[in-house]
Amino acid sequence: MTTRITIDPVTRIEGHLRIDVEVENGRVAKSWASGQMWRGIEKIVLDRDPRDAWAIVQRICGVCTTVHAIASVRAVEEALELEVPLNAQYIRNMVLTAHTLHDHIVHFYQLSALDWVDVVSATKANPTKAARFAESISDWEGNSPAVMADTQKRLKTFVASGQLGIFTNGYWGHPAMKLSPEVNLMAVAHYLQALDAQRWANKIVGTLGSKTPHIQNLAVGGVSNPISTDSQSVLTIERLLEIKECIDKVGAFLHNCYFVDVAAIAASYPEWSSLGAGVNDFLSTPDLPTDTKGTQFMMPGGFLHGGDLAGFRKISRFGDPYFTDGVAESVKHSWYTYKSNDGELKPWRGETTPAYTDFQDDGKYSWVKSPTYYGRPAQVGPIASVLAGVASGHQTTRLYVERLSQKIHTLSGSKISPAALNSTVGRHAARVIRACVVYEDLQANWKLLMENIGKGDVATFNKPTFPKGEIAGVGQVEAPRGLLSHWVVIKDGRIANYQAVVPSTWLAAPKNDKGQPASYEVALLGTPVADPERPLEALRTIHSFDPCLACAVHLTDAEHKTAVQVSVL
Amino acid sequence: MSKVVVLGIGNVLLSDEGVGVHAVKALAQQYDLADDVHVVDGGTTGMELVPELDEVEHLIVIDALRIGQPPASIVRLEGDQVPAFFKTKLSPHQVGLSDVLAALAFKGSAPSHVVLIGVQPVTLSLGFELSHAVKARLDEVVSLVVSELAVSGHPARLRA
Repeated sequence: MTTRITIDPVTRIEGHLRIDVEVENGRVAKSWASGQMWRGIEKIVLDRDPRDAWAIVQRICGVCTTVHAIASVRAVEEALELEVPLNAQYIRNMVLTAHTLHDHIVHFYQLSALDWVDVVSATKANPTKAARFAESISDWEGNSPAVMADTQKRLKTFVASGQLGIFTNGYWGHPAMKLSPEVNLMAVAHYLQALDAQRWANKIVGTLGSKTPHIQNLAVGGVSNPISTDSQSVLTIERLLEIKECIDKVGAFLHNCYFVDVAAIAASYPEWSSLGAGVNDFLSTPDLPTDTKGTQFMMPGGFLHGGDLAGFRKISRFGDPYFTDGVAESVKHSWYTYKSNDGELKPWRGETTPAYTDFQDDGKYSWVKSPTYYGRPAQVGPIASVLAGVASGHQTTRLYVERLSQKIHTLSGSKISPAALNSTVGRHAARVIRACVVYEDLQANWKLLMENIGKGDVATFNKPTFPKGEIAGVGQVEAPRGLLSHWVVIKDGRIANYQAVVPSTWLAAPKNDKGQPASYEVALLGTPVADPERPLEALRTIHSFDPCLACAVHLTDAEHKTAVQVSVL
Repeated sequence: MSKVVVLGIGNVLLSDEGVGVHAVKALAQQYDLADDVHVVDGGTTGMELVPELDEVEHLIVIDALRIGQPPASIVRLEGDQVPAFFKTKLSPHQVGLSDVLAALAFKGSAPSHVVLIGVQPVTLSLGFELSHAVKARLDEVVSLVVSELAVSGHPARLRA
């Protein structure tokens, strides 16, 4: 028997991702991923000054504002071949790494932990036993019996007050929930502590970016943070020391709590490291440039075909032809049309002309375009970045892959190999490995910035000048969700075309013009679904990608709510 | 002193979808606010707002609200009505204001009083400008916020 399940929306703010699956004999046999919101938002920057684009395009996405801003200035700089002062590189690198830490912590605890953790079960735990278990796997300061008892008390009050419903349809008591009440209680305690940890990460972004959610400190050619060793109104040594304090606090949580919890989830749900594999070709970009020309990077990136580490080919810089020649987008199954009958278009020549049909299983069914790399879909995201690190001999990546593997081994007796990273649980593992790697990079950039200022260099900006005629550039960012690229064509100093190829486009795309599915659709195939009314297992896999569609219409939809009466003023 | 936050949310690239952000900007430009009143342009973000909304006494949210009312209608929701409006169908954890409020409630530090001022959009097409109909009612929205502030003991003063 075949059962069709439609999950809509999987996410609210990120632009209405809809997932359809057909379940046969308890497993997903067919899958469709559909973006339910038109994504032509890049049109808003046409004919504008390229120096203003970053502030506008950071509003196209509700969650990844910062990375869109950085991708945009990089695209214009690449078109101009404009160098970026060292201080600006370091400051941008700190913003990007802190933003990544914020994203990964929030994703694991606030956005996906409840797929694995049964909050109601935690009310039945023995707090002392929970603390004893937590203390046996980590010396994190937030694991004491007093903390567990207090957490449980809060939780009981919360449940008793009938507020649990605010976690809309959490799947409490679902047969796929496997943790003991004590482990659930530990996880709930850490959920609450993560709210503080993410705040420290966000404070770093806010202090450097002048404002969060939308940073204010970027400029084509650098950053607008004036640096001074004495003035109060600008980036001072005192502020930099405050930032260091935040970095240290995030680090303590990352290593002693987040890292250990991911290992515990992986150890408790071993079957999920062989479920949820996405596309087995991986694409990432180098990031965290450490010279003004952008030729040296802290983080490697490139392409890995068929999961083969030995065949890894690196991308050497922003605008590397090996990258730009490979990327194209098709719209055969998307609600757009191209003027010519080309199967695929390069982003610089990209078109965004809507052609809506209804949802057609074999025809058009998504507002997301279908990007390919040399004609094939690729998986972007933390796995791609970690595998690029492993394949290219990146020391810190290898170190944390090994450490996590050992931790899981200690807890469960089994190990996780790099190949098992391409799975639902492996995506969480790759994300925490990546968090540990970028954390070291954050510390390193802080130190580099301090040293460079110490040498008397306070430059943060090179003025751009726009030539007559047409130029084009690409800005790449290894964003929390994976490879992000902005493509700009500039004619006589105004924007003539602009396209953003975002991580969730690579992952949530409909089938391409050759009928090949992207990672969400691939990963869902074979997923067990015990209860079609409560498709927790499908959500586990989709949530492991940290779904986000960069269009962010988040209009509050109250039309179908009958519980509340409103009166018009 | 109790902390008050006036939060505008929405996407300013999609005309009326950004009405909340337009309203808080107008409020901050036109009025002198008490020291403990914080005006926040929340854009379309979610969990980044946790620090802003943690341990806030009184939260006033302004947002586009699809309520099946005539275009540019303004509604006011209060207390328990608000979380019900931010609930969605299937996921246990949507990003967005509902999650911020849920996480804070869980932590025990959610705002004790929440008011939502919603505006039914006319258009969500691409563009920085509000529709004429919504723009014409922006001052009313701002006045509603000012009344809320006055009632909560944080009067705002119109700038000369």
